[in-house]
Amino acid sequence: MSLSIKNLHANIDGTEILKGLTLDIPKGEVHAIMGPNGSGKSTLAKVLAGHEDYEVTDGTVSMDNQDLMAMEIDERSRAGFFLAFQYPMEIPGVSNANFLRAALQARMPKGEDLDAVEFYKMMRDRMKQLGMDEKFTGRAVNEGFSGGEKKRNEILQMMMLAPSYAVLDETDSGLDIDALKVVSEGVNAMRSPASGFLVITHYQRLLDYIVPDVVHVMTDGKIVKTGGKELALELEEKGYDWVKDELAPA
Amino acid sequence: MDEETQTVTTIAEEKDTVGDFTFPERNKFDAGYGLSEATVDYISDVKEDPDWVREFRKKALRVFEEKPMPTHWATKDLEAIDFDAIRYYLSDGERPKKSWDDVPDDIKETFDRLGIPEQERAFLAGVEAQFDSEAAYSNVKDAVSEQGVIFVTSAEGLKEHEEIFRPWFGKVIPTSDNKFSALNSAVFSGGSFIYVPKGVKVSHPLQAYFRINSENFGQFERTLIILDEGAELTYMEGCTAPKFGTPTLHSAVVELVAMKDAKLQYITVQNWSSNVFNLVTKRGIAHENAEVRWIDCNIGSRLTMKYPGVVMKEPGARGEVVSIALANDGQHQDTGAKMIHAADNTTSNVVSKSISVGEGRSTYRGQVHIPKHLKGCVNNTECDALLINAKSKTDTYPAISVKGNQHQTQHEASVSQVSEEQIFYMQQRGLSEAAAMSLSVNGFINDLVREFPMEYSVELKRLIDLEMEGSVG
Repeated sequence: MSLSIKNLHANIDGTEILKGLTLDIPKGEVHAIMGPNGSGKSTLAKVLAGHEDYEVTDGTVSMDNQDLMAMEIDERSRAGFFLAFQYPMEIPGVSNANFLRAALQARMPKGEDLDAVEFYKMMRDRMKQLGMDEKFTGRAVNEGFSGGEKKRNEILQMMMLAPSYAVLDETDSGLDIDALKVVSEGVNAMRSPASGFLVITHYQRLLDYIVPDVVHVMTDGKIVKTGGKELALELEEKGYDWVKDELAPA
Repeated sequence: MDEETQTVTTIAEEKDTVGDFTFPERNKFDAGYGLSEATVDYISDVKEDPDWVREFRKKALRVFEEKPMPTHWATKDLEAIDFDAIRYYLSDGERPKKSWDDVPDDIKETFDRLGIPEQERAFLAGVEAQFDSEAAYSNVKDAVSEQGVIFVTSAEGLKEHEEIFRPWFGKVIPTSDNKFSALNSAVFSGGSFIYVPKGVKVSHPLQAYFRINSENFGQFERTLIILDEGAELTYMEGCTAPKFGTPTLHSAVVELVAMKDAKLQYITVQNWSSNVFNLVTKRGIAHENAEVRWIDCNIGSRLTMKYPGVVMKEPGARGEVVSIALANDGQHQDTGAKMIHAADNTTSNVVSKSISVGEGRSTYRGQVHIPKHLKGCVNNTECDALLINAKSKTDTYPAISVKGNQHQTQHEASVSQVSEEQIFYMQQRGLSEAAAMSLSVNGFINDLVREFPMEYSVELKRLIDLEMEGSVG
């Protein structure tokens, strides 16, 4: 069982960003994608989530043998796909608790109601795990949250929704070391044979805490190199140009 | 802390069908179509009005006939009202009932469908219901009447409590205030009269229901509520009407009086069917340190024109209007507030949130008047509009007149759209596009919905979800 991307081509307003991307993320593994600005990392995340600004022109994505591209944004979510946003949205007037309840209720079989007591208990436990103040439950989603608080909120939602596959889009940006540790602990606590992770990041530092099984380098809309966790360290040392030089025709 | 109910629910009933049923008409007294002095005489005859009331009505009729339609500032859609095609009085000629058991079955069934009996059992102190212009059921529970509270129909009020009723009747809203207050003054029927004695704080909200059940029939209820010094009351009204092909006119007048230190709160959830013209004049007078609050939600009707007002007549008086409006296809919600400061150190507050869906139009008209000779007056106005679709419309007409330099006034307005990125975010968490829109819209009005009692706030959210259902895709 895996999230299997084959030769994905996607563009926005006619400009092609993903140029034949192939990637396979089996359940039970954590994969990292690193790459320079403009390589298309965030685009990949949005295309997988189903953002309507992007047009997929070629290639396939299958999630546990289901055609992901044939599913609506919310269907993909309910089928087990989660995206931790790089820039999480504010939702004024809607509390974090209500939002999570609505998201979980949407996954219940028709006619069945979420058990409120269990829900609140689970939410409080997870928040404690992430070092989040209980007051956040009543506050509007992400409203007035600092960057770090927003990212933590993404991980809270991920833990509550327990996805099969989660893409973390630059989760480390805006986090100080302490927050980084806490967030990473949350992600690591969810590692299991039942889920696959794709961690998108610029910097190697996050990967000290969320140690990947596989590291991919993405430039110019494609995966150009794949290796073990040492690849991340090599990149840190040598920079992205090193990869480009390596791949350039001799 | 989070007191919430499910904001994303599957609505089993179609909003339209709940209101869309009628019963065979059983009206024993029918004034016929059109309006003339004969109609007014007929109404007064049937109701056995005292002479002063008959005179009042006739004078009002003349004012109504003289006044032009206010289409120079209001929508030209008003011209679609054909006054000659309306029946101005219809009743089964039965006196108000005291006990639920005496109420005719089909009327009971109407109220049953609308959930009234349950609500009566639940927590209301007394329910007075109007059916086709006459109160079909009037009941003042022991607890309330023991405290000396008078809660009767306007007809009973003017006959049996003339000494309290008459001094204020037509004083808060003079007949000539506008064409529709004049119309109401000529043909009013039904509505409530409430008097709360000094220092009595009524702990349970009092409530009334209205329903139009005859084609071409208009509702002209007249409500007068007087709170003596230090008294407190919350009054609620919620109404519904079945759909007919022809326009229906609802032109009510509500007069509120809060004496010194009194607190009066008037809550309305309006959900008339989409063919109704709902033209209402509502105003309160607040005396020293008294407070009048209007909490108003307008979801139905073809056209609603309503500007709840407060005249702050003595120092320390406070007025507030909290307003939510939702305008869908074919609807125009033209609402707002009128805050008239007439004494030093008075405070007024207006918060208005409107949602325009499909081709719906919402309009805010706010009058704030603070004259030069006053000191220390404060007004805060906030009006926010949310546009859902490309053709949704909103407009704002603030009419602020503040003279003198010892006041504080503030006016904030915003117009926004539901952000696509926000919807994407919510969908990515598993909510359908429709559910995401609902959640976003409910979030927009959330802090105002909290002003409504729990039962209403639940109903409100469901009503809004229903309205939003057609708006996406």
